[in-house]
Amino acid sequence: MKVEKKKRYFQNEDEKKPESNSDGVEVYTINIKPNARRPKRPGNLQKINKRKDEVKRPPKYPGKAPVDPKKLENHSRGEGLDAQNVKHPLHAAKLRKRENKLHYAQKQAARAEILLTEQQGSLQVDEDAKTTAISQKIIAENVDIAAATKIFELNLDFGPYRAKYSRNGRHLLIGSQKGHLAAFDWVTKKLHCEINVMESIHDISWLHVETMIAAAQKEWLYIYDNNGIELHCIKRMDKILRMEFLPYHFLLAAVNEFGFMSWLDISIGEIVGHYNNRLGRTSVMTQNPYNATVCLGNSKGVVSIWSPSVREPLAKILCHKTPLTAIAVDNRGMYMATSGVDRSMKIWDIRNLDGPIQHYKLRTAPVALEFSQKDMLAVGLGEVVEVYNNCCSQTADRPYLRHRMGKSINNFKFCPYEDVLGIGTSHGFSSIIVPGSGEPNFDALESNPFQTKKQRKEAEVKALLEKIPAELITLNPFEITEVDVPSMQEQMEAKKKLLYVKPKKIDYTPRLKNKNKGKTNIARKKIIKDAARKEYIEQAKEAQKLLELPSEPSAPKQSFGVLDRFVSKPKSKK
Amino acid sequence: MSNVKIKVISRNPEDYMRATKRDIHKLPRNYDPSLHPLEAPREYVRALNAVKLERVFAKPFVGNLDGHRDGVSSMAKHPKRLAVLASGAFDGEIRVWDLAVRKCTRNFVAHEGWVRSLCYTPNGESFTSVGDDKTIKLWKSEVQSSDDEDPLNTLLSLSVVTGITHNRVKPIFATCGEHCQLWENTRNEPVKVFKWGVDSLHHVAFNQIEHNLLASCASDRSIILYDCRESGPLRKVVMELRSNALAWNPMEAFIFTVANEDYNLYTFDVRKLNHPINIHVDHTSAVIDVDYAPTGREFVAGSYDKTIRIFESLKGHSRDVYHTKRMQRLTCVKWSLDNKYILSGSDEMNIRMWKARASEKLGVLKPRERTALHYADALKDKFANHPQIKRIARHRHVPKHVYNAQKELRIIKEKNKRKEANRRAHSKKGAVPHISERRKHIVKEDE
Repeated sequence: MKVEKKKRYFQNEDEKKPESNSDGVEVYTINIKPNARRPKRPGNLQKINKRKDEVKRPPKYPGKAPVDPKKLENHSRGEGLDAQNVKHPLHAAKLRKRENKLHYAQKQAARAEILLTEQQGSLQVDEDAKTTAISQKIIAENVDIAAATKIFELNLDFGPYRAKYSRNGRHLLIGSQKGHLAAFDWVTKKLHCEINVMESIHDISWLHVETMIAAAQKEWLYIYDNNGIELHCIKRMDKILRMEFLPYHFLLAAVNEFGFMSWLDISIGEIVGHYNNRLGRTSVMTQNPYNATVCLGNSKGVVSIWSPSVREPLAKILCHKTPLTAIAVDNRGMYMATSGVDRSMKIWDIRNLDGPIQHYKLRTAPVALEFSQKDMLAVGLGEVVEVYNNCCSQTADRPYLRHRMGKSINNFKFCPYEDVLGIGTSHGFSSIIVPGSGEPNFDALESNPFQTKKQRKEAEVKALLEKIPAELITLNPFEITEVDVPSMQEQMEAKKKLLYVKPKKIDYTPRLKNKNKGKTNIARKKIIKDAARKEYIEQAKEAQKLLELPSEPSAPKQSFGVLDRFVSKPKSKK
Repeated sequence: MSNVKIKVISRNPEDYMRATKRDIHKLPRNYDPSLHPLEAPREYVRALNAVKLERVFAKPFVGNLDGHRDGVSSMAKHPKRLAVLASGAFDGEIRVWDLAVRKCTRNFVAHEGWVRSLCYTPNGESFTSVGDDKTIKLWKSEVQSSDDEDPLNTLLSLSVVTGITHNRVKPIFATCGEHCQLWENTRNEPVKVFKWGVDSLHHVAFNQIEHNLLASCASDRSIILYDCRESGPLRKVVMELRSNALAWNPMEAFIFTVANEDYNLYTFDVRKLNHPINIHVDHTSAVIDVDYAPTGREFVAGSYDKTIRIFESLKGHSRDVYHTKRMQRLTCVKWSLDNKYILSGSDEMNIRMWKARASEKLGVLKPRERTALHYADALKDKFANHPQIKRIARHRHVPKHVYNAQKELRIIKEKNKRKEANRRAHSKKGAVPHISERRKHIVKEDE
């Protein structure tokens, strides 16, 4: 007889008594609540449904405050990867976990903004009034005493001056065409050094700390310390017109009169890149802080982007049809402003090498352009400085501020972490306030205006340890975190290279002298040469196979009728 | 122009400078990405520095325990106290060590001939030793009076005993020799005897989680699984060469790893014994002993090629290799229960202590130091696949004999591969089947 198996998997209190059907098999009807195992979510739903009519009470513990999506966007590191296309579930889970971590970090960084102490500067006027009309005098009257001291003017006699701020915005360096070089703490107005180099100075630059200064003089590049003592005279870099210091690479990029570009690694004193850019004399140069490339503007209106390891420009854009007068790149590396002698100014999207996004016509050709940390653009028009706000993404119809001086402008720089624009003029230096131009909250581990001597020394050591090699200067700085997939073209080129292998140098000296007894030197060499040639042919054949190139173009067969038998047959392939 | 509102950045230096010299420096942070340009290359350089520093600080050797007058044959970890280790030697002497001060606290001759194996009872109050003289002796861990120096209990076995292991929960232990025998602490006769085949067994180990399960390695190249509740052995898997030692994964009950004579280690899943789930290669001579880390993520193997290798349990190649000029053939290895140290006993009478992670700093870490190390670890992980970083992280100096042996093994492997490919190319289709490496080393599985 058949033995019936009885099994009871579930027992409920309200279980019915087992019925027995005709075969004598006990049948249990089992009541399982579908949500018995996971009461949490459905249970809550039920509760919510019940309370629909009641007044919704605010939850007692609402959890974390939501993050402003705009702030979140600011801290984003890109879109992230989608785990859906990952085949293996383990790797997909790993990827998802990592994405969650990154998202969490992004959120935390956005939340940390609440800890920032300082407010950005601003300038508010009546609705009918314009900010353009506000002069430095009015600003000085309306700000506190400490801030009002930031408006000052230095009248100096040694011709057009160039000025540059140190990276933390605390120190100022000025150098004049007639050899006057001075470095000082412009906040406390304490002079570090003041010398006359008795030569013309074409450009100046701070190095990684405020104790070292580079000055491009008439012949060579000189490096001074903050007491004005000459530390180095670098004769390998001569007749320099413009310089830029790349702080994270410890590179001093310079271009000279003859169009030679050189990158000097100041930590080891070696020139890591030196070549002719074939643009002729160019004195329009700026660095892109986003990727540490150098932008050069030439007399044909072309902006070219350079890195020390590539002798060709990484990219070129025809910006104007006339010679360029100035270039500026904003801090995030998004926009580039260019101006030409045609009195126009254009804004470009430099990441996509696209544009112009904006096209402005000005009264005169700008002599200098400069972006501030908060993306204000200063334009130097002869004796007037105009500062534009929000001029990149939208068209600005009038300047935010205008400052008129009695002297012509040579160059200007926004002071980092301050609302200050420092202008080097033909008769000295003047400092004006541009409210809202600077970043109010500095990161002390990046650059600290209140740095002590010990902190500076420590930061110097840290920075040296983290010096980025010059080879990593590329258009996309995030290239190093991306997957390196060789393009089709690169693959083909690598294969083709196999075809043109340089023949190896053959060593004719016999390993065993006695082995080749009786043969002449020439005969022996011939044997070796033959062997080498044979090997080379083999290699070429292999490469040919890899490439799958047809070895010989097969000609269409021509028939000669009976005489075909005399046509030489092609050799059969083994 | 009366209604002008101007706000300018004007910082009070007092807010940014420390008040007194005893104060700490104020370091306001701003995580805005535009203030931290070139993030990717900077992180890459940091990762490169971190991985270089890791190699610079890789000094795994902590110290050695000398005192034995013959080669160390076996070791046992105390289950409750980190600083206690018992070791037996080839001359029958047992020594108990205090690892914290690296001194021997007790030594006595326990057996005639080898001390084959040692194991502590789960409460740590006593330990058992087996020797070549067919005796199983129970010793007290702590010596209070002179009576405690004598064995608490001596059991006489009829046959040779070569290994011993204690159940983690019940008061029973298993020995191996001719057969696998199950003993109870109170009885003089084995409770059960498991027999399968005639060959002798040389290593036996209880599972730590499924405490009724035990496995042994036999000299007929097989690994046998037993359940101590049943009367006969469960399963047997026969490999190409014999296994020397076996270790159960302490976190995953169904995983165990065997150290094999064919230079490899094999990780098995008890549920699927027909092929190992992983083969761990890199040793250049027979692997003698293996022991899991308490986390179950890693294990250590000691080999006849005079090196110790640390494997991650899911990876096929070793993470690290330890060797010294003076260390001879390894006989036993143990991973300490705090997951920080590795102990190795070798032929030349020394027990050596190593760090489990070669570049780890010993002692208390300050919070800043710890965060810096965590950050470095995260960076190393992020850029682990970059060629430069991979190369530096992987680079190990090995003794010349190991280097040459590795080269030779590589050539042999290539030769075999080539030969198989040739054979396949010149025979009928399907006559030379593809057999995966994991199935190659298993001869059969019996039930």
